Amino acid sequence: MLGLILRRLSISAVILLIVSMLVFVATLLLPGDPAQAILGQQATPERLEALREQMNLNDPFAQRYLHWLGGLFVGDFGVSAASGGSVAALLGDRIAASLVLMALAAAISIPVGILVGTYSALRRGRAGDHAATGISLVLAALPDFVIGIALVTLFSTTVFTVLPSVTMAPPGEQVWDYPSQLILPVLTLVLVVMPYIIRMMRTTMIEVLDSGYVEMARLKGVPERQVIVRHALPHAIAPVAQVVAIQLAWLAGGIVVVEFLFRYPGVGQALVDAVTNRDVQVVQALAMLIAAVYVVVNLLADIVGIVTNPKLRTGGIR
Amino acid sequence: MRTLIEQQTEVALQATDLRVATALGKEILHGVSFTLQRGRMLALVGESGSGKTTAGLACLGYFRTGLKHVGGTVELSDGTDLLALTDAGRRGLRGGSISYVPQDPALSLNPAMRIGTQIMEVLRVHGYGASEQARRNRLAEVLTDVGLPNDAAYQRRWPHELSGGQQQRVGIAMAFAFRPEVMVMDEPTTGLDVTTQALVLQTIHQLVTTHAVAGLYITHDLAVVSEVADEVAVMLAGRIVEQGRSDQVLHDPQHAYTRKLLNAVPDLAGRHHIGEVEAVTGAMPIVSRERAASARVATPVVAEPTSLLSVADLRLSYGTNAVLNGIDFELGRGESLMLLGESGSGKTTAARCIAGLNDTYTGSVSLAGTTLQPGTRQRSAEERHRIQYVFQSPMSSLNPRRTIGESVEVPLHMSGTFSRKERRALVLEALDQVQLAASFIDRRPGQLSGGERQRAAIARALVNAPSVLVCDEVTSALDVSVQASIIDLLRTLQVETGMAMVFVTHNIALARHLSQRLAVLHAGRIVDIGPTDDVLENPQHSYTRELLTHVPTL
Repeated sequence: MLGLILRRLSISAVILLIVSMLVFVATLLLPGDPAQAILGQQATPERLEALREQMNLNDPFAQRYLHWLGGLFVGDFGVSAASGGSVAALLGDRIAASLVLMALAAAISIPVGILVGTYSALRRGRAGDHAATGISLVLAALPDFVIGIALVTLFSTTVFTVLPSVTMAPPGEQVWDYPSQLILPVLTLVLVVMPYIIRMMRTTMIEVLDSGYVEMARLKGVPERQVIVRHALPHAIAPVAQVVAIQLAWLAGGIVVVEFLFRYPGVGQALVDAVTNRDVQVVQALAMLIAAVYVVVNLLADIVGIVTNPKLRTGGIR
Repeated sequence: MRTLIEQQTEVALQATDLRVATALGKEILHGVSFTLQRGRMLALVGESGSGKTTAGLACLGYFRTGLKHVGGTVELSDGTDLLALTDAGRRGLRGGSISYVPQDPALSLNPAMRIGTQIMEVLRVHGYGASEQARRNRLAEVLTDVGLPNDAAYQRRWPHELSGGQQQRVGIAMAFAFRPEVMVMDEPTTGLDVTTQALVLQTIHQLVTTHAVAGLYITHDLAVVSEVADEVAVMLAGRIVEQGRSDQVLHDPQHAYTRKLLNAVPDLAGRHHIGEVEAVTGAMPIVSRERAASARVATPVVAEPTSLLSVADLRLSYGTNAVLNGIDFELGRGESLMLLGESGSGKTTAARCIAGLNDTYTGSVSLAGTTLQPGTRQRSAEERHRIQYVFQSPMSSLNPRRTIGESVEVPLHMSGTFSRKERRALVLEALDQVQLAASFIDRRPGQLSGGERQRAAIARALVNAPSVLVCDEVTSALDVSVQASIIDLLRTLQVETGMAMVFVTHNIALARHLSQRLAVLHAGRIVDIGPTDDVLENPQHSYTRELLTHVPTL
């Protein structure tokens, strides 16, 4: 099992390396000169040249790439072209804020999704199942910003005015110091992510409930609760983990829209700003960050698959 | 191996007028009654769809999704009606005093639980013994009872680390762990090869007799019935049509259906001729032709002694796992060769290599003196026509969205030289050869029974008039009476068209009914080959001898 996980890990490392090359090459192709962007239109050629020298912009591509890659390993993401400050310092708070949002959304949507999906499968064809599948289908069909706007209308502007619709943290304080501001963004993300988890969970659970070993467990006199938890769930989880991974990975990118909608000071906003300002270093850092989230969540899903399948663990399947 | 205990017949379970219907109200069990007695085994015999599994599961108070109990009782030895109990009450009995052995252990053991844990679960749920230690001891004991090792390392194995026979023993151990009064066994040896089947049957017999368990043995295999059962109940379309002592029912059947079933069972000795059966289930075409009394397949009139198909040093391995270790045989024109082997012997792989469906083999396959390329894509259209293949399962080998006519026509499209009219004529001719009426041309596989589908699949192979027909376990998914009619059909076709046949099977009992020559395959090698009678009467290899001693016979 350890061997399998190590193999997946090394594959992930290779993928990240390839992504880093693509990101670097892609940002090189962007129009504009970082030195010009930092100093502005009035900068003298001498000052531009000096800054280029300082930022190693005159070195060959390969050398610049290796320098940048080396920096990634020690947490040095370079210098922001727009602000002149360190990228790491600029993004630190933003990343923390976004991670809070994602973690909360995941912590709510995964268990609730699995529960509702299982409930739906157990009540197949009855009213509860129809309600759950119907609602999740509608939610899955709505774009994230529509859900966000609907929630704002419902809870903070037109119908009830109980929750804040924008995030405003005074400088120096963190977003999570104001929990009520987190409710709507988190709720939006939950409603976007959860339908897929519910539907996948329902499908795999129905399949597992029809299997021979579940019937056998019932014929052994195992109480229904234990049949579900011990015999059915472990088999239904692995395919759902893949869907959860895709959803979480989507969150890393999809969070941009939701953050923009609620003026939430996370990486999404930072990315939008960085692209507008041609802040190459920040774009590179964020692109790598989002790629890393993709790779990590997929790796986690694979590990869940390996742990729940003894055939993989004991090398029954090669 | 049967012991008749005439005295002390204590009733353990009594099913009376059991009626089960679908959710839509269609009754599928029409008042079934039987009695299970301690230390005795009742065999419930019937073909697929006869309701035997439904009746067996009703003894556990269990009805599959979409079925409901509409009448009748299942009384236990203390007089309680199992079907009147609450869900919780039934659950307390299941796996405890009434247990179940499933048909396919590979599907019924939880792949994500260690086997020891799965058996322990029964003991825990029903509260066996006073302590965990007592349960541990019972676990070790019951593993010994079914003839498995009982050490801790074995208990920690996963189901996929066991062979099919061992998995089924675990299933039996699980059913036997709580010392049940009644054991319901649903075709527990289907899918096992004869040697393993003999061992499992022996285990079951021992448990039932030494521990005075009342057994219900559900099966379609009458030969197995004669080995294990004291009494037999024959089911047809949701009714028991004949019931009695097994030697009486098997040797002096009263009901016409029982006689038909018995006539359809292939016997190793080839005493009677299978295939002269009329339709016994559903809309199966009637196959009854005048035929000699003996089943012995006549030695073919070989016009030319030259071999048609020649296989030399066929080898194939998947990674380090060698499946075929050098197979050589010759097949003459118009000759039928049976390739006999247990699961994993490489028989299907060999058949696929001959047809070019596996192209990674080494060695040679030659047809009429020409060495063929390994894969179908490299073979010419003419070469492909001449070797046709019929697959095991007619359920998956016919495209469900195409009509039978369209499916049968496909090989003709591939040759591309026929007009629409000619194609239709050829399709009709092929359907006629397999005794399907012309009206089948526009039906879809979903509207056909298993036997009719297999006929259609054979028609598809015949439409190009092949020289060699490769049949891969074509009857193993079918009921005995349908199997008999298909065997009869293949025999007729072989005589009429003069084509050569390679018949792949694990069922040695079919040998004398079908093939002039028999090749016994073991671990990727042919260990015995020769005229069928010679091999069966004078086996050269110890494996063939072992196989022959384990064949259950009526």
